[in-house]
Amino acid sequence: MDLHLDSIRHAYGSVAVLEDISLTIPSGRIVCVIGPSGCGKSTLLRLIGGLERPASGAILQGGDPPAGCLNPLTFIFQDFALLPWRSVAGNVSLALEDHGLPNAETERIIGDVLARTKLSDFRDALPKQLSGGMKQRVAIARALAVNPAVLLMDEPLSALDSQTRALLMEDLVGLWTRRPFTAVYVTHNLQEAVLLGHEIVVLSRRPGRVREIVKLETPLQDRRVGDPDLEREQQRLWSLMREEAQAADQELIDV
Amino acid sequence: MSEATASRNAPDTADTGKRVAFRGGGFAPTRKRWIGPLLFILLILLIEWGTRTGVISNLTLPRPSDVLATFVELWDSGLLWKHLGPSLGRLAVGATLGVGAGVAIGVLIGLFSYVRAGLTPLVAAIFPIPKIALLPLFVIWFGIDEGSKYALIALGTFTPTVVAAYGAVDNVDRSLIRMGQSFNLSWFSIVRKIVLPGAMPGILSGLRVSLAIGIILLVAAEMLGAEYGVGAYILEAGSLYDLERLFAGVTILSVLGVLVNASVGAIERRLLNWRV
Ligand SMILES: Nc1ncnc2c1ncn2[C@@H]1O[C@H](COP(=O)(O)OP(=O)(O)OP(=O)(O)O)[C@@H](O)[C@H]1O
Ligand SMILES: [Mg+2]
Repeated sequence: MDLHLDSIRHAYGSVAVLEDISLTIPSGRIVCVIGPSGCGKSTLLRLIGGLERPASGAILQGGDPPAGCLNPLTFIFQDFALLPWRSVAGNVSLALEDHGLPNAETERIIGDVLARTKLSDFRDALPKQLSGGMKQRVAIARALAVNPAVLLMDEPLSALDSQTRALLMEDLVGLWTRRPFTAVYVTHNLQEAVLLGHEIVVLSRRPGRVREIVKLETPLQDRRVGDPDLEREQQRLWSLMREEAQAADQELIDV
Repeated sequence: MSEATASRNAPDTADTGKRVAFRGGGFAPTRKRWIGPLLFILLILLIEWGTRTGVISNLTLPRPSDVLATFVELWDSGLLWKHLGPSLGRLAVGATLGVGAGVAIGVLIGLFSYVRAGLTPLVAAIFPIPKIALLPLFVIWFGIDEGSKYALIALGTFTPTVVAAYGAVDNVDRSLIRMGQSFNLSWFSIVRKIVLPGAMPGILSGLRVSLAIGIILLVAAEMLGAEYGVGAYILEAGSLYDLERLFAGVTILSVLGVLVNASVGAIERRLLNWRV
């Protein structure tokens, strides 16, 4: 299932946040979205996921979600959004309970996704007993449980320390290479963008417009930190971003 | 290399500099079981000592040992249960009605804007009315017997519960509700699995206040026309200026308050063990 954004425009009151965004999110690929702070990345993701309505423009699904998909557009949030009163398994099962699956099937899915995110030993732990990295893995497990057609991730790793982040990046790449999924990945971190993105969408400062779309052809599993090609790409993205970020800062000072 | 030297030097910092003062203490309530009872006993011993030596005159305060003797007498004669039984029944029925309706209405106010717009002013108008002032009205509406007492306690516990419940629903983490919506949970599932558990801490702390108010109103109701009940007992003692019996009655109320508070605490520890 792919997604098409057709000249999306959005404003909060009189503040225009997004202007004329047209994008295609191709099936089976990861699209990273970067842009200066406040340019509307999170807003764009909420629009794509149907949590908010765009002021104008349309978001279209191309094709049907694959069979067995319980929740086509599934979020992974920056702040994990786990229910603190439910155990790890309970948090995963929350996403399944409304679908009327037989108990055995629910159990099988929970066991499967917890194994895939290496959480089997923590089934019955409460969120307060988990580290930040583990909490985000629970959120990833919960998202995988509904077999999403498109994963919408809003800075999923930015609340974590750099070591945990590197490990979870490897997990994400591993999950994708084993079974490719479609994803929109919003991030501040240019390194994450070049390691994970098949396409990188650079947004301008607010109101966000598509400034450039960079396509990276290197297969995900061959991308390494320190690879000269990727470094060069990252450097170029940074110079694009820098102008925007500086201009955005300047605007704030002028206000 | 430099790290190794640093850690080897650590033990004799005493002669190389001043120890960094600890200033991170406090602001973290911990459970101290014995402080409460200890303070209580000390206070009673002080009064006992004061009344025995005459520092406190017999008209000011009764002697704690005399109050205890009255209490034992009350127990032996079986009158204690004759008074306490009806009181507990009234509190249980009235508070269950009031708290139950309060939680239900409070959650509805929290969930629906129309209910909120309609009922919050009404609740704000009822809240400050001293409910005891309405007792004569309740007697006409619900009869002089138990009905008016139930109604008084129910109304008195209802308003604080409503306010606590809708405040608690308002305080439920919106990002969790968003999460529920993003997984396509039904409205009913979101309420049952996210809103209600998330509001539970606020509802339970409101319960402490409501039940204490319930006890106050219980006594007030029993002072106006009841043959048996802690309130009737206290009223009778008061009109005879029998300080020992008055204080025995008041002690029963205090113990009731402590017990209610402790049971809410126990429920909180069970239901809210997920809290950090
Ligand atoms: N619910 C809202 N109501 C009003 N304004 C909002 C709302 N949500 C976001 N905004 C505004 O819209 C703009 C874009 O916000 P958004 O959170 O999408 O930015 P972002 O690109 O995700 O920023 P960051 O990189 O800091 O996460 C900001 O100026 C913000 O103040
Ligand atoms: Mg954001």
